Amino acid sequence: MAKVTVDGIEVEVPNGSSVLQACEAAGKEIPRFCYHERLSVAGNCRMCLVEVEKAPKPVASCAYPVMDGMKVFTDTPVVRNARRGVMEFLLINHPLDCPICDQGGECDLQDQAYAYGHDKSRYGEAKRAVKDKNIGPLIKTVMTRCIQCTRCVRFAAEVAGTPELGGTNRGENMEIGTYVEKALTSELSGNLIDICPVGALTSRPYAFVSRPWELRKTDGIDVLDAVGANIRIDTRGPEVLRILPRINEAVNEEWMADRGRFSFDGLKRRRLDRPWLRKEGRMVAASWAEAFGVIAEKLSKTSADRIGAVAGSLADAESVLALKDLMAAYGSANLDCREDGAAIDGSRADFYRFNTTIAGIEEADALLIIGADPRKEAPVLNARIRKRWAQGRFPVGVIGPAGIDLTYSALHVGEGQAALSALLEGSHPFAATLKAAQKPMLILGRGAIARADGAAVLAAAWRLAAETGMLKPDWHGFNLLHHFGGQLGALELGFLPGQGGKDLAAMLGGGVDALWLLNADGFDPARIPASTFVIYQGHHGDAMAARADVLLPGAAYTEKDATWVNTEGRAQRSYRAIHPPGEAREDWRIIRAFSEGVGKTLAYNDLDALRARMASVSPVFARIGEVAASGCADMAGPQTAMAMDAAPFRLPITDYHRADVISRASDVMAECAAVYGPQQALAAE
Amino acid sequence: MALSDKDRIFQNLYGRQPWNLAAARMRGNWDGTAAIIARGRDTVIEEVKNSGLRGRGGAGFPTGMKWSFMPKQSDGRPSYLVVNADESEPGTCKDRDIIRHDPHTLIEGCLIAGFAMGAHAGYIYIRGEYYNESVVLEAAIQEAYDAGLLGRNAAGSGWDFDLYVHRGAGAYICGEETALIESLEGKKGMPRLKPPFPAAVGLYGCPTTVNNVETIAVVPEILRRGPEWFASFGRPKNSGTKIFCIQGHVNNPCNVEAEMSIPMRELIERYAGGVRGGWDNLLCVIPGGSSTPLLPKHICDDVLMDFDALREHRSGLGTAGVIVMDKSTDVIKAIARLAAFYKHESCGQCTPCREGMGWQKRMMDRMVEGNAEIEEIDVLENVTRRIEGHTICALADGGVWPVQGLIRHFRPLMEERIREYKRRHALPQAAE
Repeated sequence: MAKVTVDGIEVEVPNGSSVLQACEAAGKEIPRFCYHERLSVAGNCRMCLVEVEKAPKPVASCAYPVMDGMKVFTDTPVVRNARRGVMEFLLINHPLDCPICDQGGECDLQDQAYAYGHDKSRYGEAKRAVKDKNIGPLIKTVMTRCIQCTRCVRFAAEVAGTPELGGTNRGENMEIGTYVEKALTSELSGNLIDICPVGALTSRPYAFVSRPWELRKTDGIDVLDAVGANIRIDTRGPEVLRILPRINEAVNEEWMADRGRFSFDGLKRRRLDRPWLRKEGRMVAASWAEAFGVIAEKLSKTSADRIGAVAGSLADAESVLALKDLMAAYGSANLDCREDGAAIDGSRADFYRFNTTIAGIEEADALLIIGADPRKEAPVLNARIRKRWAQGRFPVGVIGPAGIDLTYSALHVGEGQAALSALLEGSHPFAATLKAAQKPMLILGRGAIARADGAAVLAAAWRLAAETGMLKPDWHGFNLLHHFGGQLGALELGFLPGQGGKDLAAMLGGGVDALWLLNADGFDPARIPASTFVIYQGHHGDAMAARADVLLPGAAYTEKDATWVNTEGRAQRSYRAIHPPGEAREDWRIIRAFSEGVGKTLAYNDLDALRARMASVSPVFARIGEVAASGCADMAGPQTAMAMDAAPFRLPITDYHRADVISRASDVMAECAAVYGPQQALAAE
Repeated sequence: MALSDKDRIFQNLYGRQPWNLAAARMRGNWDGTAAIIARGRDTVIEEVKNSGLRGRGGAGFPTGMKWSFMPKQSDGRPSYLVVNADESEPGTCKDRDIIRHDPHTLIEGCLIAGFAMGAHAGYIYIRGEYYNESVVLEAAIQEAYDAGLLGRNAAGSGWDFDLYVHRGAGAYICGEETALIESLEGKKGMPRLKPPFPAAVGLYGCPTTVNNVETIAVVPEILRRGPEWFASFGRPKNSGTKIFCIQGHVNNPCNVEAEMSIPMRELIERYAGGVRGGWDNLLCVIPGGSSTPLLPKHICDDVLMDFDALREHRSGLGTAGVIVMDKSTDVIKAIARLAAFYKHESCGQCTPCREGMGWQKRMMDRMVEGNAEIEEIDVLENVTRRIEGHTICALADGGVWPVQGLIRHFRPLMEERIREYKRRHALPQAAE
C-alpha cells in the first residue's frame, strides 16, 4: 500500500495504482475522456492533469503511478488552467451541435464543459469537419464530434477482440475509422456507443428518438442469451426506446450483447395482443373466457397421460412453475423444457450449470470448448474468456467446426467424437495441457448435446473433466453453456418428464393429444402431429403460433416482473417496464386464472406467494443475484449406455441476429442479418 | 582558438576520403575496440560519465547516466540499444553526414554502447528519406560483419552483438524516442506514456536505451583518448566537441565539428564565412534546430553555443542546427512556416497538440498578413502556454517555442504589421 496525500486528504491505495485512482479514493472527482476503467490507459486527452509535488509539469493522473508519500493537488491554478486549456482545445473543433445531438444530456464533454468551459470561444478560424463513416447498421457516426479519445479503438481491440477500428492520418487530420469502410463485426459493438464520451458514436436505431430525461428507467435482465446481462430498460409511455447495460461485476461487467440491446423493436411487431381460436381451420379472435373454455373442454376430455407441456427458452421461472403445478393438478408428468432436444441430465444441478461461474473464468488456467461458439452464443461471456486469455498463459482448445474466430487464439483439437475420444485417451497433446493446469475448465455447448447421441457426449465430457482434474472439492471446471435466459430456470424448477412422463420427442411422436406450449418456439412446428391439440402461450406470432389451435397472448421479458436464471444458476429479477399490449397478460397470471376456471386452483394468488413456492422448489430462487460457491462434491457423472456418433459437432446458432422470436420480429436485427448473416446464394442464371 | 584537426572526432565529415572500413581504419576507427570493451561495463559507463557527454539529439541528457539506468542483471528479458537516426529536425543534417561519410564511427560506437548497456542487439532507425545513407550504412555494417567486427565475438571482444537497420517512413514524430520504439515495433508512431521509461519497458517490452547517432559515434574516440580529453573542450557540464550545422543567410553554409561553448559569432564567422552582408546585417538566429526559440542579433553578439548559455537566454542548443536569418527575412513568415510544419507533424494523440497546433498555425498565417487584432497576439501567446507542458511528448513544446520566441523578441514588428494591414484595408471615410 502507498500513502498518498490528495489535497491534504491522506489515503492509502495499493501499489501500482494510478494517481487518478488515489484521487477517487480521496473523493476527488477527476474529469476524464480517454480514461476508462476497463480499457488500457491511453493518457491522451490530457483532461485529468493534476499537480504532483516536485513534478515539473502537471501530470496525467490516469497514467501516473502513485508513490509512497506522494502529494497530489487537484485544484490549483495550474490544474484549473490546464483543464480549461484542454477543454478549450477540445471545443474549438467540436461542432457544438448539442441541440441536435443524441448524446445531449448524457455527454461527458457537455457535462465537463460546464465546469471547465468558457462562455465564448476565442477561436475564430474555420472548424474542422470530418466525413462520417458507415460502420454498420447499429452505430451512427458523426465523426466531426469525435474528440479522438480512442476509447472505441481500445474497446474493439481489447474487449471485443475485433481490432477493426484505428486512427488514420495524424495531427489535426486524425480520423477514427476502419480505414476501408466496413461494418464492424463484433457482437459487442453496441458498447462502443456507451463508451464514446461524446456524440460521435450513437445508436442508429435510437437516432433522434428521445432525450435521456424523458425516459423512465427500469431494471431488467437480458434474456436473449443465457449470460443474464443486467440491463436498464428505458421507456417513454408504452414504448421501449432503448436498452442499456447495468454494471454487475459478476455477470456482464458493464457490457451487453448486440442482440439484447437492439432487438427490442421486435417487441412492437407481430405481437399476440388477444386470444385466438382455430375454428374450422381458421384463426378467429376470441375472448379470454372463450379461449379458456375451449382449452378446459379439450383437457377434460383427454386422459392425464395424453396431456403434455413444453416450456420454451424465453419462459420466465414464475410461469414455468405455474404451468408445472397446473400439469400436476391434471396428473400429467409429460413435461419438458429441452425444446432443442438437448440431452440434459436434470438429476444433479452441476450437470447442467456453468459451474465455474462467469467471474470464475478469470481464475482458470486452461480451457476446452466442446461444440460451442461462445462468441455467438454468449458474446459477453466470450469477452470474459478473452479477458482471461489476454492476461496470458491460458491455452484454449476447441472441438467443433474449424475456422471459427473466437477473438482469441485457440487450438483446434478436432471436429467431433474422435477428438473428444483422443483427449480421453490422452493421445492428443492438449490432454496433457489440461492435466498440467491447476484450474482447467471446459465449456460444453448445449448444441453438442442436442443430438441423438447427446447423452453420450455429455457423459464423455464429464468423464474428461473428471480425468483432467477439472473436478475438485474447491474447483468445478465442468460447464454447460445455455443459449437463452429461460432455459436454466425451467431446469432448476424440474420442468422435465416426471415418473413415467414423456419427453419432447415422445410427445411429438404422437404421445399426447393436447400440448401446452409456453413460449416454446425452439423446434419445428411440423413435428407436431396433425391430431394434436396445441395451446400456444407466448408473445410473438412466430411459426409456432401459426400451428396453434388456441393462442394465449403472454408478456415479453420487458413487460412482466419475472425471475430469470442465467447459465451459472444465478437467479435475477427483472421488473415490468411497460405493459403488455392489448389483452395480453403476465404469463403466470394466465395459468393461474385458467386453473381457477377449471377448478384446479393453484395455491398462490400473488407474486410473493408464487416466489415463496419457487424458493421451496429450488434454493436458487431463495438467493436472488447470487450463486453458491461450488466445488465438485461428487465425481460420479451422468450415466448412459449410448455411444457417441462420429458426426462432427454442429453449432446451433448460425444466424446470430435471428436466433429468437423477438429478434426475428425486429427490423434492426433483420438489417443486421442482411449485413452480417449468412449471405443468400444468388439464383443461377 | 579553433579546434585543431587532430582533435576532431569525425575525420571524414566532408567525405574527402572513402567511407569504407579500410579507410576508416586508417582514420583510427576500430582501433583497440576489444581493449576498450575489456575495461568492463562499469568502467566504460564511468568514463562516459566523466567525459561529460550529453545527448546530442536535442535534450542534452547526460549519456553515461542514461546508460547506467539499464538493468545490470537481466530478469530474462534482453536489453536493446536503439540508435535514433531519424534526423528530421529542420535545420539539422549532422547525422546524415556522419552516416554518409563516417559510418564506422557509429557502428563501432554501437558495439561499445551495446556492451555498456548489456545489449546483444542494436537497431538503427534511419529516416526514410535518407535512402542513400541507409545504403551506405547497410554496406558498412556488412563490411563490419565480414571483418568480424559485428556478430559473434564482435571485434574479438568476446561480446556478441548484432546490428540492424530499419528505415522510417517519413514522420518527424518518430524521432521522439518512444514513438520511434512504437514505429520500430511496426505500430503507428505515437509517443508512449512515461513512466515506464524505455530503460525499464522499451522495445518489445524490454529494457532499451535510445541514443542519437552523434552521441553514439563520439563514444569510441572518447574512450580511446580518455574522458579528460573530451572534457577539456567547452565549459563544465557542456563539454566536448559538437557538429554544428550552419545554414541560412551565411556565405558558406556547412557542417562543422567545433568545440562546445564556442561563441556564436565566432562559429558563424570562422566556419560559415560570416553573415551575408556582414554581421550587422544579422536579424536573428535560431540556434538549435527549428524547435528552439530564435535569438535576436543583440543576444547573438556574445552568446556562447552550449546547453546552459542558450538556456539562460530562454532558447536551447537542441541539435545545434544554426539557422541564420539576415535582415531581408520576413521573420513572422519564417516562424509561421515552422508552425505549419509542427501542425503537419503532430501525431494527433494529445488534445492540446492536436488541436492547438492547427490553431497556432492559422493564427500565425494571419499574423503574416497582419490580418488580426493586436490583442490576438496575447491570445496566441496564451494558446502556446496552454499547449506547452501539457502533452505526452515534447513535440508540442518544440512546436510552440518558436512562436513564443517570436512574440518575445519581435512583438513590435507583429504589431506594426497589424497596424499596417489596418491602414491598407481601412474603409475610405465618406466625405463630409
